[in-house]
Amino acid sequence: MSGIPVSYYVIFSGLLFSIGLYGVLVRRHVVGILMSIEIIINAANINLVAFSRYVAAKPEAGQVFAAFVIVLAASAAAVGLAIVLSVYRNRKTIYTDEINLLKW
Amino acid sequence: MDVLHCLARFGFGVATLVTLAAAVMVVSLRNIFHCALALILVLLGVAATYISLKAEFFAMIQILLYVGAIMTLVIFAIMLTSKIGDTTVPQTNRQSLVSFAILAMFDVFFIGSVIKTSWKVNAVTMAANVDAKVLGMAFMNEYVFPFEIISVVLIVALVGAIILGRSDQ
Repeated sequence: MSGIPVSYYVIFSGLLFSIGLYGVLVRRHVVGILMSIEIIINAANINLVAFSRYVAAKPEAGQVFAAFVIVLAASAAAVGLAIVLSVYRNRKTIYTDEINLLKW
Repeated sequence: MDVLHCLARFGFGVATLVTLAAAVMVVSLRNIFHCALALILVLLGVAATYISLKAEFFAMIQILLYVGAIMTLVIFAIMLTSKIGDTTVPQTNRQSLVSFAILAMFDVFFIGSVIKTSWKVNAVTMAANVDAKVLGMAFMNEYVFPFEIISVVLIVALVGAIILGRSDQ
């Protein structure tokens, strides 16, 4: 599989990133926004692994950082979903434009 | 050998297209549970991309952690909160056209600039074989301090999630 150029992966992750950003911008559902953030994080991880294979100084550096990114994504998902549950219990809604406690 | 090579490239192209289509489904479907199922497909496609980059161990981490753990958490949150059958509620806000136009412009310029750039290739890393042993040695020698920090971050985040998510009896 060495025939695939690195630009292929960069374009793939760029498209994945813009799809995820679209989801973050237009979704009303909080869990939908969290899932779009997972797509964005995966796009960044593809870039890290691809560049660590093609152009890095050390072959394992990008994968180590991608593993750190996965751990941070897991903790972000856990805390975010706990906040979603807590907000739902108090406000009985899950849509972002109806959660306006901090808005005056 | 050549036929196998062509077949592998074809399979990878199909995996890429399926991943992008599933990502579009994640951001556009009305039923949030279907979005979660499409997100599982996206994560599996990204794992296939890792395999094509010769990062097989990392692909296994992706499947175990994302598809196994994080998606279970997301589906739990969906089951506990939203009314899934309700399709009359609009799922997007009013900025969808503007966002789509801006992101399409971003993609056009981004792909143009990526194609125009000449990317250098490091022959040493291309030939290197990064398996679980190499990754473990890297974690325990060079990156041991960030590894410990990330463990503390994970345990703090999980304890905080438990405290946020428990109900006040």
